[in-house]
Formats: sequence, C-alpha cells, structure tokens
Amino acid sequence: MLNILYFAHLRETLGLDKETMNMPHVATVDGLINELRARGGVWADQLSAGKRWRVAVNQDMAAADTPLKSGDEVAIFPPVTGG
Amino acid sequence: MLSTTSTIRVQTSDFDIAQELALIRTIASTNASIGAVASFIGLVRDVNDGSGVSSLTLEHYPKMTGKALAGIVREAESRWRILGSTVIHRVGELKPTDQIVLVLVASAHRGDAFAACEFIMDYLKTQAPFWKKEQTPNGLHWVDARDSDDAAMKRWQNI
Repeated sequence: MLNILYFAHLRETLGLDKETMNMPHVATVDGLINELRARGGVWADQLSAGKRWRVAVNQDMAAADTPLKSGDEVAIFPPVTGG
Repeated sequence: MLSTTSTIRVQTSDFDIAQELALIRTIASTNASIGAVASFIGLVRDVNDGSGVSSLTLEHYPKMTGKALAGIVREAESRWRILGSTVIHRVGELKPTDQIVLVLVASAHRGDAFAACEFIMDYLKTQAPFWKKEQTPNGLHWVDARDSDDAAMKRWQNI
C-alpha cells in the first residue's frame, strides 16, 4: 500500500489531495508515475514528460529510480516556489 | 561537528527580526567567538511577471517542510563554520510588503555568514516544499518555478 499526496497546482488539476493505492508490482517512482499516467486524461497530461513535477518519498526529494515499498508516503507536486 | 543552535519555524504569523536577532545574540553571549551575523528577509512584491499581485497564498507540505529545512541547514553547517542559525518561513495568506522568509546565520567571520545565508536561501527556493498562489486582476494563479532559481542552487554544487 502506498500513501500518495498531491499538492498545489497538481492537487487542483487532478482534483485529489490524497489516495492510497495497492500496487505490489510497482517498485520505483518511475513505475508509479507510469501507473498514474495510464489513467489517461488529465493524469496522462499533467504527469507527461513535458510537464514539470517533482516527487518526494517519505518526505525526501526523490528521483525516477528511487525504490518504493509498502507503507511509503509518496508526494507528487509542482516545482517549489517558496522563499 | 560544531556545537550550533538552529531555529526552524513555519508559521502563519509575522516575525520580528529584532527579536530573532536578540535570540542569536544570546548564543553569542555564551560563545564570544561569534563575530558576524548575516540576515536575509524575503518580502511579498506587488508585481510578478508583469501583472499586479493583490495577495499571495503560500501552501506547504507540513510533514516534509521542517525536515527539508533542517536538511538544508545541516548541509550549510557541513560546508561553513556556523555558530547559530534561524530560518522562519510564513505560510497562509500574505499581502504585498509582508515578510515571507527570514534567514539569520551567525559565524566567526562574515565570509561564512554571508555564504551560508545565501546557500540556505538558494536551496530553500528549490528544495523546500512551499508553493505560491497569486491573486491578480486576471484571477488566481499558481506561480511558476524559475529556471534562474535552479541555476542559483546549482552554483553551489561545484564548491
């Protein structure tokens, strides 16, 4: 089970702030993003390679090959704009 | 590892630089090797990318924000001799001229204090999970990240 959070522009566009997903076959951030893209529509569009987004796993910035395991908290959000 | 005192806060309320500076000075009172305190304050501007901004809302990822800021401060502490630091970032709704962010760095000499203060801001702008949404005459819109901020952060990677 993965706990997935969405923030800012992505949260609004996807119409979802969080969800839990059971994906035993997903092993990396890249794999999760591909699963989400497969939903089509706004998911495929917003998470396409041409759009800018970032992923954090257990509150640390992650890369495409960052491994995922059950219980992880995965956050997907636009590039940050604080400061 | 040097003995340092670091303060990190994320809050909706405003901050008072004099009060925060006084806290850093109390560290100096027990550690007279502090010879420099560098400060940075970020303010809300009334214009961004050519359109007027009447208010700004800052969203963040509460569970990650403190961890990200602490990681940035720790990285700065590993690069420069820092004797004390303060990072305060506001969230919620802000108006033009409001203070958004404060960074204070105390060190023995100005070189370390200036560099670490700038480093912390450059990393905060690209690594800490805050997002700005602006109210403009054309409606609400999320602020886009700037390539210049990524470039500013990457300057430090070859040092």
